[in-house]
Amino acid sequence: MALTDLSMLELAAKLAAGALSSVEATRACLARAAQVDGKVKAFLRLDEKGALAAAEASDARRKAGNPASPLDGVPIGLKDIFLTEGVETTCASRILQGFIPPYDATVVSLLKQAGLPIMGKLNMDEFAMGSSTESSAYGPTHNPWALDRTPGGSSGGSAAAVAAREVFGALGTDTGGSIRQPAALTNLVGLKPTYGRVSRYGVIAFASSLDQVGPMARTVADTAALLQLIARHDPLDSTSAPVEAPDYREDLEGGVRGLKLGVPREYFIDGMDPEVEATVREALRDYERMGATLVEVSLPHTKYALATYYLLAPAEASSNLARYDGVRYGLRAKDAKGLREMYGQTRERGFGAEVKRRIMLGTYALSAGYYDAYYLRAQKVRTLIRQDFSRAFEQVDAILSPTSPVPAFKLGEKADDLLAMYLMDVFTLPCNLAGIPGLSLPCGFTKSNLPIGLQILGKPFDEARMLRIARAFEREHDFTRRLAPV
Amino acid sequence: MPLSDFQPVIGLEVHAQQLTKSKIFCGCSTEFGAEPNRNTCPVCLGMPGVLPVLNQRVVEFAIRTGLALGCTIKKTSVWSRKNYFYPDLPKGYQITQYDQPICEWGSLTIDTPEGEKTIRIRRIHMEEDAGKSVHDASVGESLVDLNRAGVPLLEIVSEPDLRSADEAVEYLKALRDVLVYLGVNDGNMEEGSFRCDANVSVMRKGETKYGQRVELKNINSFRFIKQAIEYEIARHVEVIESGGKIDQETRLWDTQRGETRSMRSKEEAHDYRYFPEPDLPPLHIPDALIDQVAQGLPELPRPKLQRFMSQYGLPAYDAKLLCAERPLAEFFEACAQHSKDYKKLSNWFQGELARLLNESGGTVGISTLKFTPAQLGELLTAVEKGTISNNAAKDVLGEMFRTGKAPDAIIAEKGLAQVSDTGAVEAVVDEVLAKNAGEVEKYRAGKKQIFGFFVGQVMKAMKGKGNPTLVNELLKKKLGD
Ligand SMILES: [Zn+2]
Repeated sequence: MALTDLSMLELAAKLAAGALSSVEATRACLARAAQVDGKVKAFLRLDEKGALAAAEASDARRKAGNPASPLDGVPIGLKDIFLTEGVETTCASRILQGFIPPYDATVVSLLKQAGLPIMGKLNMDEFAMGSSTESSAYGPTHNPWALDRTPGGSSGGSAAAVAAREVFGALGTDTGGSIRQPAALTNLVGLKPTYGRVSRYGVIAFASSLDQVGPMARTVADTAALLQLIARHDPLDSTSAPVEAPDYREDLEGGVRGLKLGVPREYFIDGMDPEVEATVREALRDYERMGATLVEVSLPHTKYALATYYLLAPAEASSNLARYDGVRYGLRAKDAKGLREMYGQTRERGFGAEVKRRIMLGTYALSAGYYDAYYLRAQKVRTLIRQDFSRAFEQVDAILSPTSPVPAFKLGEKADDLLAMYLMDVFTLPCNLAGIPGLSLPCGFTKSNLPIGLQILGKPFDEARMLRIARAFEREHDFTRRLAPV
Repeated sequence: MPLSDFQPVIGLEVHAQQLTKSKIFCGCSTEFGAEPNRNTCPVCLGMPGVLPVLNQRVVEFAIRTGLALGCTIKKTSVWSRKNYFYPDLPKGYQITQYDQPICEWGSLTIDTPEGEKTIRIRRIHMEEDAGKSVHDASVGESLVDLNRAGVPLLEIVSEPDLRSADEAVEYLKALRDVLVYLGVNDGNMEEGSFRCDANVSVMRKGETKYGQRVELKNINSFRFIKQAIEYEIARHVEVIESGGKIDQETRLWDTQRGETRSMRSKEEAHDYRYFPEPDLPPLHIPDALIDQVAQGLPELPRPKLQRFMSQYGLPAYDAKLLCAERPLAEFFEACAQHSKDYKKLSNWFQGELARLLNESGGTVGISTLKFTPAQLGELLTAVEKGTISNNAAKDVLGEMFRTGKAPDAIIAEKGLAQVSDTGAVEAVVDEVLAKNAGEVEKYRAGKKQIFGFFVGQVMKAMKGKGNPTLVNELLKKKLGD
C-alpha cells in the first residue's frame, strides 16, 4: 500500500507512532501530484515550500510530544476560494489572476493552527458557479475514475485531488451541492455543514446566504476529524452560529438501529439514471437491514427549488461580484479610457461566460419592477422549502436520497445544455435553501465503475448523527476503500 | 404671478457622521485627517472574502438620536445592500437600512417668525459612508482615499413640512444642536460630517397637491442651503410661470456661480437594486437596551433653554446663547451655584468670558478652562462687595484665564483691592479739596459740572483704588450738597 493511499487518520496514527514523518507524507503527496496531476489537473498551484515548512514544523512538534491537533502533519488541499495569506488566490477566475491575499480565511488559520501542511490551491468552477469545473478560467479538472469525465463541481479540484491521493483531504464550499456532488462523482465523503456551523470569513463569496465550507475526504472518520477542526463560532462572521460543536467521532460507531430515515417521494424522479436509482434503493434496503426504519416523507416544494435557487444565488452573486471592478486589486483593463470603459472592459475580460450569465440573471431579478415578482417571491418559496424540511424532520431523524441524478458525465457533454447542467444540483440545492446539513457517501458503482453517492440530509447542527448514519453503511461495505484507478 | 403666490415645500435628508472611535463594520479608526488609506483594513477595502461585523456603539447612537427626536425605536430592523458602481465604494454596494430602518416617526420643534413649528421626522437609519475620490487633472488620474469608507452615518429624513429656506436652515441648526448635544455628531459641515440633501418643490398657494420635486445634493453650509433652496424656488416659479414643467431630477449647487445645475435626470437615476444584506442578520433591539440608552439621555437644547429662562430668570436671548453648547450651559449652571445674580453672571459669560475664549483662537474651550466655577463666583462676589472695581475684575478674569490662579491671590498680587475704608478715603478727599480751594469755590457758586473733576483728582491720588461709591458720597457731603 502506498503512503498516499492511507486515510487521514491512518496517517495521523503513523505520525503519532513515529513510524512516518509529516515531511515524508508531504513529499509523497508532492511526488504523487507530479505523477498524476498532469492528467487530473486538480491543482491550480502547488505550494511546495509552504507545505514542507509546515511539515517540518509539525515533525518538530510531534518530536517534542506536543502535536497541535489529532491531524497535525496531515497534508491537505484547499479549493482556490479560500484566502491564503501570501499565496495567490483566484477563485479560478481571470479577474483575480495574480491576487495575493493579505490575510488568511478563518478556516485556513484554523487548519494552520492545527498543524496541517497546505499543499496548494485546487481548481473549481469560476467563482464556484458550475457543476463540472468546466467554467474554470484555467481549464477543467479530470475525474481520477475516468479521465475523460468531470469530477463534478464546483469543488471538483478538491474532489479529484483527494480521490487521486494527491492530498489526504480537502476543504470545499457548497452553495447548491458543490461539495456533495463532486464527492459523489469521485467516491468521497463530502459534508456540507449547517449554515453558520463553519466560518465564511475569508471565503470568496458566491451567494452569501447559501455558501458553506465543508470537508471532503476518503472516509467518514476523516470527514468527522476534519470537520472537528473547523466547526466553531467565528466572531468575524455575523452569520456564524454561537453553537458549541460536539465531538464528531465520539458516537461514530453507534449504528442506526432504531433510527427513522426519511425517503422523500419527490427525490426519485424521471430522467434519473437507472443504475443510480437502483444502487441508492439498494442502500436504503441495507439501512433497513441494519435496523433503521424507512419512512416515506414528502417535500412538496422541491419542484420549485431549482427556480428559487437560480433567482436567489445569482441575485446575491451579482452584488458580491461587484467589488471586482479593477480599482483596488486583480485585473484592470489598462488601456481603457475613462471610468465606465475601465469597468466594462475589466469585467468583460475578467469574467467567464457562466459568471456573466449569473450576474445578468441576478441583476435582472433585483431590478426595480421585477424585485417583487422574482427575488421576493423566491424568498417566500425558500421559506416554504425550509418548512417542508422542518415538517419532515418531525417524523424522521434524517433523510436519504441520491446525491446526483447521474454519475460523472463526460467533459464537454453538457457544456451546451445549461438546463441539464443546472439539473445536476436538483437533489442537493434544497438543502442549501433550507440551511440544513447534507452529506454525500459512496454507496456503489455503475457497471462501468463510476462512483455513486448517497445523500444524507440532517436536522440543523445534527452533523454528528449524520456521520454516524454514514459510518454504519461504510462499515458494511468496502466502497470507501476502493481507490481511483489513476 | 409673483413669487408670493407660490408655496415652497421642502424636505431634508441629513447625513451625520457618528462620533464613534471605530468604523461601523470593522475596527479601523474614524479619525479625520489621517494620511490617505491609512485607516483601512481588508474589510473596509472590500477585499474578497471579508464580512461585516456591526459596531454596537453605532446602534446605541442611533437609538439615542431616535429617542431624542421622539421616534419609535423598531424592535427589528433590517440591513440592506444599495448597489452601485463607484471607485470610492469598495464593495460595489453600500450597507444601509432601506425598508426597515431602526427609527421611525419623530419630530423636531423649530422657531419661526410665526412661532413654534413642529417638523415631522419620517425615519432615521444607519449606514456606512463611502470613501473619497480625488481627481487630479494634472496627471490625468483619479485617486481614491478609503479612510472614510465605513465611517458610520445616521441618515435623518424629514417630512416635507418646511415652507421656506429660512425654516430649512432653522431646522438644520436645531437638528445639529441636538446631535451635538447627544455627542453623536460634531456638527462640522466644512469637514462633511454633517451634510444635507434637500427636496424642493413649489405649489400655488391654496393648493394641497405638491408640485414636482427636485433633489439638491450635498450642500455643505447653512448659507449655501439657504441660497440653493431660494435659487431653486425662484427657478421653479419662473419655469411654471412661463408655462414650463419641472423635471424630476437631481441638481447640484454650484457655489462659484451661485446656481443649481442638473446632475442627473430621472432617466439617468440609478436603480440601486436594494435587497436584504445576507451577511448581517436582522437587528433585534431588546427593551433593556432602549431603557439603558434612555437613562443616559442628556437634557436637550430646547427644554434646557426653557428651564434657563424660568429657573434663572434670564431673557430668551441670554438663555439661547448659554444653551448653544452643552459644555457652556453646564459651566454656567456650575457657576450659578456660586453667584446668585444670574443676569450679571450671564453678562460676564457673554462679555468678558466670550471675548477671552474668542481671543484664544480656539486653543482654550469651555471644557479646558483653567479656573473653576467657584473661583468665578468669588470674583463676582468681590465686585459685588466693592472689593474690586468692575474694570479691575476684568483684568483678574484675564489672569485667571491665563494662569488659573485664584482671584484673591491675583487681587492681592496686583494690589487691585479698592479702598473702602471711610477714614482713608475721607483723608484723601480733604486733601484734594484743600489743594483745589478755587475750584471748590466755583462749585459752591453753582458750577456743578466740575464735580467729576474732584472725583478724578481723588481717584488719581488713590491710584484708582478708591471705592467709587464712597468717593462720590464723601465728596458730595464735603462740598455741602
Ligand atoms: Zn477597516
